[in-house]
Amino acid sequence: MAAVLMVAALYALHQDFWFWRAARPLVFGFLPIGLFYHAAYTLAIALLMWVLVRTHWPAHLDPAAHE
Amino acid sequence: MIPAVVVFLYLGVVLTIGLFAGRASARKRDAEDYFLAGRSLGPAVFLLSLFGANMTAFSILGASGHAFANGIVTYGLMASSSALIIPLSLFVVGTRLWALGKRHGFITPVQMFRDRWECGHIGTVIFAVQAVLLVPYIVIAVIGGGTTLRAVSGGLVPFWLGGAIVSMVVMAYVFFGGMRGTAWVNAFQTVLFLSFGTIAVAVIAAGMGGFRQAIEAMLAAPSTAPLLTRERVSPWYFFSYTFIPLSSIAFPHIGIFCLTARRLAHFRRTVVLYPICMLAIWLPSVFLGVIANRAVDVPAIAAKLEARTTLAAEGPALPSGRRDELRARAAGDDVILALVQGYAPLWLTALLGASVMAAVMASDSQILALSTMFTEDVVAFYLGARRARDALLVQTGRLFVVALTVVAYLIALSVPQSIFDIATQYAFAGYSALSPLLVAALFWKGSTRWGALAAAVWTAAAVLAVAVLQSVVPAPPPGAAVAVLTIGGVEVVTRAASGAQVLGLLPVVPMTLISALLMVMVSRWTPASRPGAATLARYF
Repeated sequence: MAAVLMVAALYALHQDFWFWRAARPLVFGFLPIGLFYHAAYTLAIALLMWVLVRTHWPAHLDPAAHE
Repeated sequence: MIPAVVVFLYLGVVLTIGLFAGRASARKRDAEDYFLAGRSLGPAVFLLSLFGANMTAFSILGASGHAFANGIVTYGLMASSSALIIPLSLFVVGTRLWALGKRHGFITPVQMFRDRWECGHIGTVIFAVQAVLLVPYIVIAVIGGGTTLRAVSGGLVPFWLGGAIVSMVVMAYVFFGGMRGTAWVNAFQTVLFLSFGTIAVAVIAAGMGGFRQAIEAMLAAPSTAPLLTRERVSPWYFFSYTFIPLSSIAFPHIGIFCLTARRLAHFRRTVVLYPICMLAIWLPSVFLGVIANRAVDVPAIAAKLEARTTLAAEGPALPSGRRDELRARAAGDDVILALVQGYAPLWLTALLGASVMAAVMASDSQILALSTMFTEDVVAFYLGARRARDALLVQTGRLFVVALTVVAYLIALSVPQSIFDIATQYAFAGYSALSPLLVAALFWKGSTRWGALAAAVWTAAAVLAVAVLQSVVPAPPPGAAVAVLTIGGVEVVTRAASGAQVLGLLPVVPMTLISALLMVMVSRWTPASRPGAATLARYF
């Protein structure tokens, strides 16, 4: 259940209406905030995948587990 | 001329890799080895080749072209949504596909559907829908190969010859190397993509005198400031793009790639690193596409901006032919090439040429997938297990690779590219609409073959309807929308400059939701067709 909630929360965070009409602040002086947000969001996905792999890995599917 | 030499060198390298892979598997020539590399890919090749199979010409050229016209929204529309949905679908669906393939010897998704729903000809219908949606990608790749070779050689290599050379190279390493050759080449191409983005950003930044000034200038100009926000796109339209990456796992070549991993554990690194690979390729592509709007000192880009300005000022008053001409001139698919030619040294232009070639050659896995499907889902299925021996299947697969390449090449020479642009645009939506089949097969005991048939037929009909609508109703000027179907005063179907929309959403949303609904409802109406207990026990 926690995994489903985490995925649903991240899916919802894709719809970042709070930065919809804003270009500033420019991160590193040149990256519009909306683009920086989605770049950071992509890294957050990698983190979520790492958590899912560690906590919800479907090990039962692995034939090696049955040998 | 140097870029052309580098591109030919690149073609020689991929050919060598493919042939070497073919020799590596020469000792064991069964169908599983040829079509799935003997289910033996290691973690690094599995990640890089799976990622490479998902990246098409669109990733570098299309992404920057879209960003040139639409701004930073491109990254959120296409990259960050895919970075979430694709690894998640590999985690949830891909791992199960792999386990079932390993346990029951499946080579294609249709083999699994036939076994899971105890059906024969319905599997053939699903094969046909998948195959028809895949062919345009293969033709587009031939066109892309011919166009790129012509461009990098300064017109010395004509389109017909360039297309033929690229087709022959791809055909040769798929023919001899099978899945192993394709995977190794894809892995090499992905490394090339990953290295290009960072280098290109650094070199172009230096050439433009830094990005700070360019961005500040864009913010100061009313025509370019909106490109740095998402104010021109509605939140609903943005949301509907999250349905597109559902197509990835339903693409047969991705489903088949899932079966090639040696161990289930190889998926672990792939799902974690996949978003990072997306970031490494898409962020530079999108940013460079946006920043190209300030590269007015590059003549090719200045001409595009001028065409865009004319279109915006006089668009509604112009005849549609003139509008289409201006739209073609303003299109940004080659904007990254123009940027590199304008600011980068020759060696980087050459490297870009090779990267572009790598992108357009991503059709290798699609050619192999179609050959695998034809051999396993049609030939082996209708011949029967006794007559369909390994040697015969491998030879059939190879013959199909040759035949498909020749047909794709001949089509590419005779049919306008715009037709295939439309077809590929809606093939994504079609594969998204097929994703409920996979989910139902793997996770819902109550699903039946009739539910699967309903979803497949609906997908084919919906893709056809949207493609016809798109080609029959001409595109209005940017910002306008033509009502095609109005019910009770509500504009249900509209035609905007970017394509058809349903209630302001991309067609993929209703297509996928209705497909899922049909799967559920028709399965519930046909409980007598549920597979027997023995079949269900193999899956749940």
